[in-house]
Amino acid sequence: MKTAVRNAFLNLLILGALLGFLWWAPANLDNYKLRIINLIAINAILGLSLNLIYGMTGMFSLGHAGFMAVGAYVSSLLILTVEQKNTMWILEPIAPWLLHLQTPFVVSLVLAGLAAALVGWVIAWPVLRLGGDYLGIATLGFAEIIRILIVNLTPYTNGSLGLKGIPAHTDLWMTYGCFVVVLAFMVRLMKSNFGNVLRAVRDDEIAARTMGVDTFKVRVLAFTIGSFGAGMGGALMGNLITTIDPKMFTITQTYSVLMIVVVGGLGSITGTVIGSVLITVMLEWLRFVESPIRMGAFVVPGVPGMRMVLFSVLLIAVIIFRREGIMGTREFSWDWFFPKPAKTTQTKEARE
Amino acid sequence: MFVQHFINALGLGALYGLIAIGYTMVYGILRLINFAHGDIFMLGAYFVFFATIQYKLPWGLGVAIAIVGATACGLLVDRIAYRPLRGAPRISALISAIGVSFFLENLAVVIFTGMPRAVVQPPWLMKPVILGEVRLIPLGLMVPVIAFVLVSGLLWVVYKTKPGLAMRSISHDIETTRLLGVSVDKIIALTFALGSALAALAGIMWALRYPRVEPFMGVFPGFKAFIAAVFGGIGSIPGAMVGGVILGFVEIMSVAFFPKLSGYKDAFAFVLLIVILLIKPTGLMGERMEEKI
Amino acid sequence: MTKQNAVLKVKNVTLRFGGLVAVNGLSMSVPEGGITGLIGPNGAGKTTAFNVISGFYKPTAGSVAFMERPLTGLPPHKVCEAGLSRTFQNIRLFHNETVLENVMIGAYVRQKGTWWQNLIPFAFPGIAREEREIRASSMKLLTRLGLASQAATAASSLPYGAQRRLEIARALATRPKFLLLDEPAAGMNPQESLELLNFIRKLRDDFNLTILLIEHDMKVVMGVCERIWVLDQGVLIAEGSPEDIKTNPQVIEAYLGRDAHG
Repeated sequence: MKTAVRNAFLNLLILGALLGFLWWAPANLDNYKLRIINLIAINAILGLSLNLIYGMTGMFSLGHAGFMAVGAYVSSLLILTVEQKNTMWILEPIAPWLLHLQTPFVVSLVLAGLAAALVGWVIAWPVLRLGGDYLGIATLGFAEIIRILIVNLTPYTNGSLGLKGIPAHTDLWMTYGCFVVVLAFMVRLMKSNFGNVLRAVRDDEIAARTMGVDTFKVRVLAFTIGSFGAGMGGALMGNLITTIDPKMFTITQTYSVLMIVVVGGLGSITGTVIGSVLITVMLEWLRFVESPIRMGAFVVPGVPGMRMVLFSVLLIAVIIFRREGIMGTREFSWDWFFPKPAKTTQTKEARE
Repeated sequence: MFVQHFINALGLGALYGLIAIGYTMVYGILRLINFAHGDIFMLGAYFVFFATIQYKLPWGLGVAIAIVGATACGLLVDRIAYRPLRGAPRISALISAIGVSFFLENLAVVIFTGMPRAVVQPPWLMKPVILGEVRLIPLGLMVPVIAFVLVSGLLWVVYKTKPGLAMRSISHDIETTRLLGVSVDKIIALTFALGSALAALAGIMWALRYPRVEPFMGVFPGFKAFIAAVFGGIGSIPGAMVGGVILGFVEIMSVAFFPKLSGYKDAFAFVLLIVILLIKPTGLMGERMEEKI
Repeated sequence: MTKQNAVLKVKNVTLRFGGLVAVNGLSMSVPEGGITGLIGPNGAGKTTAFNVISGFYKPTAGSVAFMERPLTGLPPHKVCEAGLSRTFQNIRLFHNETVLENVMIGAYVRQKGTWWQNLIPFAFPGIAREEREIRASSMKLLTRLGLASQAATAASSLPYGAQRRLEIARALATRPKFLLLDEPAAGMNPQESLELLNFIRKLRDDFNLTILLIEHDMKVVMGVCERIWVLDQGVLIAEGSPEDIKTNPQVIEAYLGRDAHG
């Protein structure tokens, strides 16, 4: 019990530090830095939702970008003003019922998650009968179908032109508020017995079924929850950038979320959070190789594409040399800082 | 009109089929979706473009360079990104494959720039032959014929030669084959080489048909060819060809007869994939793969 | 043997894989509260019979009923809900999970609280209490099976014998009325096998179980089983008390004829 009180205290301390930072940052950091810090939170939400699907429950899904697209479009369509909608649809007129449909941003965020979850749930029924890489290719297929639908359903989505000038509501409070909620959700979920069951389904489906677990239902559920997170993350990202179009949600988007999860460690919440910090910062930092570099009198021209070359080399290197990522399946624990007396619990220190 | 669509569909289908063979052979042996295969196809197209248009080499030499170059790339990919992961969980190799695909595409952007480039078609390939109402260009006829010859040759290699026997043996049981003294890594490399060479040839013909090359040209043909391989029955070479041709017909004919659907052209393949996976996951000509319980 | 109710009734079960007949017309009535055995040479179809009973295979013909309730065609998790649990010949633990978590996963099938209720424990105090009770009762189960000291260890790092016991503990956590044990003595030395005999009897008495086991070790089978069925090439060739089986010429032939080490 003592450790529980200590941990609660320390958790509150961290939360307090975060609040302090969020209060301090907007006035003291430039827009570029703030944007990266926002992106970290959004990527963490996306990473956690993919980790729930792939790392925790063992479903190799390559459909994340599709669910993000659903979320981003639903949220954006709900917060664009009537005026904006009237002027933006050039190719075809907007569907009349959509024109006046509007909600506050937070409501649109929840609806974005729910819409993505609904799509995820519908997709889950057919595809989760497949396993392994077939599941990956089928989810990729669905994500691509979603994208092609967005391109073609012009009255609802403005087709390939995308949506521009989305009213920005995303600040640090919004992104980190969502992040803390998602993080708390994941931590509690994975510590509960249902979390054990998710891992059981991942590790040995046959044994899990023998133990009375309806593994199909559990997988559909995890997939749906993960889709919710992807939809919400996609909505936040669209709102942060204030412009979305179908090209944003190609397989490349899925890869970068996958990268976060793989680098952090499949099945580790801590790992995903670390991974999202590292990958987001690195992707931004790597932009320098694509912009001209001035060295005294010389100007080295930037090389377009170089950023993604280095990024993919990193992905390959991680998978070849350190497959388990940074954390493996381990989780952060305050016990790391408080060595236990004599009685050792050497394995799985993190779970309790 | 119909004859023209028919030839078109056959040509497109044959190209899908040629790429699909590389997927199906690698999957049959390693149970790996070689995501980078579509990008080998792209490299083949670029190599021939540079050899013939940039450096004005004769076409025959250009084609040879493209095949050798793409094959070398295919072998390198296997050696660097897949071989170290032979014992690892299958999904690890798959993520590595995704990384390689991403790498090759962006490397192409770095080296060749992201701008699409026009391919100058040799005039003798484009001079139309007019048969009544039908205008046929030699290129359109050549593609299915070449594909047919290549597949026959490949089937001969796989079913009548010793390395072919080793390939089939590995696809059944890799460990036992290793114990029998077969150099498994060499045979796998041969599989990659054959698949890459066919992909390069498909890339060359693709570049001539849709006369341009660009770094991401392999992405969609790659996905579609993989779907063709699944449709035909993964692991089966004739199946890959049949799947490719069916996919070619679905795409060309549906757009020909329902022009309104042209925006959804790229979605057909994925719909087809999901339908086949749900109805008959082993594909049209695939053998049942035992899953260990 | 006294007249007892048959709790598990297998009637004329046949299972074909393509042309191969793995089990052919198997009928068994397993008496309540008994410890019974299913034996036979390698490849006789014992594990296949278990897989049919526990719902992994749907029989080509015939039926399975548990306490008068038909089980035929039910998926494994429904069979478990009905009160049948099992272990596997080649131990199937959740290797990455701790010993305690393995048992808690077993208890999940009886858990009433749903996943989202456990996320907000303050709103559902009863559900949160249930979760704590599952942890406590799982710990108690581990204590009874002598695994409590390893509760926080990863299942894969347990020694072999302890893994077998953990698999049984996990099966017990589902609160079964009937336990199917697939070769519980596999890989054990004679001393361990002997301990296993007492352990199985104690299990039956402590948890009010009916136990059906597959076993190769004849000492174990003859020592613990009150009734035995013998399968050979998918067909039931004998049924009776250990004494009957020991002297049955057909059984002897089945074992000595093809499977000398049996």
